[in-house]
Order: sequence, then structure tokens, then C-alpha cells
Amino acid sequence: MRDVLYLAWRYLAYHRSKTAVLVLSIALILYVPTGLRVLMRQARQELTARASSTPLVIGARGSPLELVLKALYAGGQNPPLLRYAEAERVARTGLAQAIPLYIRYHAQGDPIVGTTLDYFAFRGLRIEEGRQMTRLGDCVAGAEVARRRGLRPQDAILSSAENLFDVAGAYPLKMRLTGILAPTGTPDDRVIFADVKTTWVIEGLAHGHEDLGRPEAARGVLERQGGKVTGNASVIEYNEVTDDNIGSFHFHGDPAAYPITAVIAVPRDEKAATLLMGRYQSAGEPHQILRPLEVIEELLETVLTVENFVVAALVLVGATTLATAALVFLLSLRLRRREMETLVRLGASRRRIGALMASEIAAVIGTAALLAGGLTWATAAAGGDLLGRLVLH
Amino acid sequence: MIRIRDLDFTYPTGEFRLRVPQLSLPPGSHAAVVGPSGSGKTTLLNLISGVLIPQAGRVWVGELEITSIEEAARRAFRLRHIGMVFQEFELLEYLTVLDNILLPYRLSRRLRLEPAVRRRAEALAARVAIADKLHRHVDCLSFGERQRVGLCRALVAEPRLVLADEPTAGLDPASKALVMEALLNDTHSRGATLVTVTHDAELLPRFDPLIDLQSFAEAIP
Repeated sequence: MRDVLYLAWRYLAYHRSKTAVLVLSIALILYVPTGLRVLMRQARQELTARASSTPLVIGARGSPLELVLKALYAGGQNPPLLRYAEAERVARTGLAQAIPLYIRYHAQGDPIVGTTLDYFAFRGLRIEEGRQMTRLGDCVAGAEVARRRGLRPQDAILSSAENLFDVAGAYPLKMRLTGILAPTGTPDDRVIFADVKTTWVIEGLAHGHEDLGRPEAARGVLERQGGKVTGNASVIEYNEVTDDNIGSFHFHGDPAAYPITAVIAVPRDEKAATLLMGRYQSAGEPHQILRPLEVIEELLETVLTVENFVVAALVLVGATTLATAALVFLLSLRLRRREMETLVRLGASRRRIGALMASEIAAVIGTAALLAGGLTWATAAAGGDLLGRLVLH
Repeated sequence: MIRIRDLDFTYPTGEFRLRVPQLSLPPGSHAAVVGPSGSGKTTLLNLISGVLIPQAGRVWVGELEITSIEEAARRAFRLRHIGMVFQEFELLEYLTVLDNILLPYRLSRRLRLEPAVRRRAEALAARVAIADKLHRHVDCLSFGERQRVGLCRALVAEPRLVLADEPTAGLDPASKALVMEALLNDTHSRGATLVTVTHDAELLPRFDPLIDLQSFAEAIP
């Protein structure tokens, strides 16, 4: 048998280009449906696990799916915003803990999630390196963001400008990284957390600038009327919160009217959940309350149907390609008829010639299967990360 | 070594018939098969080696009647006891020169590929001046060199019978001399029987007996 395998190997090695094309074709036929299945299974697990651990999400009326994807995975389209007052309203009912989320800005492509410290307790997030954020302008990074960008506590993270040509838009804020979270295998690994007030500073709803009451800032005064001072365009606004200038940061207007993306409501019990949901059922209610698991299961049903169609199409394509591969093998046998005749004239047995052919075919299919297995394994290993990127972007 | 009695062979298409009433070659003889093109020289070699089976008559190689055994046994016998040199070399392009020479050992369980066999293959290659090409693929060789590889393959298992089908056809004089010397010397030194098909009149004095197929055709009414 060793001699037969040797001859088969020599043949395949000599025709390496033809062999490589065959192996690659068969490997892809095997890999694509199985890889897709593996990825979809992981997607189902990850989406369902996250949704199961989030009891209720409140947001402005609009697409339930967009709201859930944004609130749970910090991905997808931006849903309509609601006011911070809604979080206060939920808290006032005493039925549930209200955790606000404002997810609109990014830092070099990584989403910035504005929230409160309650979120960390709710998700069981632990600081692995450094410390928790303590003041305006602080942030902590998810494990994967920190690993990918090589971040360490005390590094600076600059929020991205939303629109370079919009002079009235959000300006970049230089944030101080105080800590890095322990890995969780969830979307929390792929985001940067800041206090919700910090995200309002990024938005320009709060800001800090030099004190116009001080004599050295006189050049920045446009007008003084009694105690009211109006600044001109030369007033220096701070793009970083420091211990020296934190006192100058202030909010304009009522924070209750400031925007947030969603509120995670953590009800005391099932009865409280039912009562809270009842409060959002009236026809004129501008907000919606959702059980994320129901939204995700609906999404998965649709995805499953599409997946079945895709797999069916892939099986058809695969069958066609396998038939082509079989044809290649048959044509190859025909081209090698003279070689077979020589082996017969030398005295090789039918069994040995058959074993030689079978070994070559088995080697090609076996290598293709190994390659497909390796690719499937790699897909399974990187599936969570891949899925996260797909959802986030 | 070889005995033929009342052999009658026709191809399935019926376009050619070979009849050999009687032929006997003692062990160690160096016979040449001659005759015009289409007279059945190659067919005769194939009948002696058991590649073809006649419709009538009997063929013995040594003590074995090759016409009376199953195909599998004929193949096994051929691989072990008969060395074949083909006019068109019939080498495997995907193997190196050395692997082509050792091919019989890769096709049979009874032939064991031991270090001594490799040394014998290398010695044979050296004798026909292709020792420096052992690890090249055969498509890099000249025609003469390819025939020498084919010759080494036929001799490596030290067969009792060597059947050579126009082994020098189309070769340059140097290659022709190398091939014939190796073929004659090797078989002579081992006492093996050699049956060669040839059109080359220059070579005929080196063979005895000469088997003229035309004489069979004329003798049969």
C-alpha cells in the first residue's frame, strides 16, 4: 500500500496545479455550506444569549429591530432618539431600574456607549486593568478594543468628528482612558464606555471654555450687559476635560431634554415587567417597550428561512461542481489509458491499478475535506468576532 | 525456456492472424524476431508474455504454461519473471528516472524494494550512462536516454526472460550501442533468455536463432 500511495503522491505532486485547483474547488464546495451553518449557529447563540440577558428595552417609536440591535450590540442604524427624561420616568415608577444608553459617536470606528455605572453592574463587567471612570471625560475600553489598538490605562482616546465640513457639528473630544474591561465574549468587548454626560459633551450640549470674567480673557468678550457676558468667536473652548478645567464645563438647558438612544429597564420581577409594559401600550404613546428576545427570535426566523434558501442553492452549485470534478477525473483516466496499458503490460494487477487511481482520488478528496474542516474550524473560532464586525458595521 | 505449439491468434477485429506451428528457444538464448512490418512480431512478444492469449495453441515460459493460467497469475508471473523493453519506452512522466527504473518493485508485493535493489538500479544506470540523471523527470531526457531508462526498468528485477520490442529503433549510434551492449551483456551474464524484435540488419549477427515470421506464414497452407 505504501508503494501505491507513493506513486499516487508523485502523480499529484507532478500535476500540482491541476491538483490544487481540484482540491480548492472541492474544499470550497464542502466548506461554504458547513461554514455558513456554523456561523449561523454561532450567530443564533450569541444573539439569543445577549437578548435573553436583557429583559426590556425602551426607545422612541420606530423599527424594533434597529432599536434592539443598537441597544444590545451597539450596531446597525441609528434609531430615533428619545429624551433622557424617559429614563427618569421609568426610575420614578419604582418598577424597574433604568439604565440610559446613548450610542451615536465613535472613536476610530469603535462605538462609544454613553451610560451610567449601573450598566457595568447589570452586565457584570469587571475592570481588569486600571480603574473605573470617575469624572466627565473618562472612559473605559472593552477588552477587544484595547487588545486591537494596544491601549493602556492613561492613554487618550479621541472621539471621531461626525462630519468634517459641519462647523456646527460635534468636535472631537480627547477622553482619558482609565480602565480596560475583562473579556466577556459579548459585544461589550468591542466598544468604549463613557458616562452619558461625556457623550453629551461630544455632542456639544455641554462644554468648557476659558472664564470670561477673568481679565486675561477680555479679548473674548463680545458684550457685557449687567452680569451677563456674551463671548465672541475667539473664546477658547476646551477639547479635553482636565483637573484644571473641569470646573468650567457646564450644560446648557435641561439635561432631562437631552437625547439618548434607549433605556434598558431591569424590572424587579415579572409582575413589575408586565405593569411597566402596560404603561407603554396606549395609542398616543411616543415610545415603545420591547422584550429583546422576542425581536431577535423574529429576526432569526427570517434569517433561518433565507439561510435554508442559500444552503439549497449552495447544494445545487456543489452538486454541479462535484459532477464537473468527477468528469475531470474520468477525462484524466481516459488521458492516462496508455499509462494504464503500460502498467498492465508490465504486470500490475487490476487491484493495484485500481488502488492507485482510488488513492489519487482519495488524496484529493481527503485533502479537500481537511482544508474544508480547517476553514470551518477557523470560522467557528473567529465566528463571534466576525459576527460582531458584521453587526457593528 | 520458451516453447510454442500450434499457436493460432487472431485479433477480435479479424484483420490479422498469426500462426506459429512450433518454436523452441533454450534457456540463455539470444533470439531475434524478424519479418516485415505487420507480420506479427510485437504480437508474438505479447503472446509469449501472456498479455495476449491465443485462440488455439499453447505457450510455455520455463515450466509454466502461460496459456493455461488465469490473467491475474499471468500478470504476477510477468512482473516477476519477464522484463519488457518497449519501442516507445512507455515511461511514466510523473516519476523520476530512478522511480521509473524501480517501478516493477512498486507494482508487486513479491518484489521487495531493498537497498540492494536501489544499488542495482544505480549500477544499471551507470552502465548505460544515465547515472547523473537519476533524480530528473523523464521528460527532461533525450530519446536515447529514455530508452536506456526503459532498459534499466526491464533488467532491474533480474528477470529470466527479457522481451525487447525494437529497442534501438530511432536511436543515435551511441545510444544504440549502449542499449545493445547492456541488453546482451546483462542477459548473458545471468543466463537469461533474450527475445528481441528488430529491423536493424547490423544487429542480426549478434543473435541466434533468428525467428523469421514470414517463414511461418509461407509454411502454413
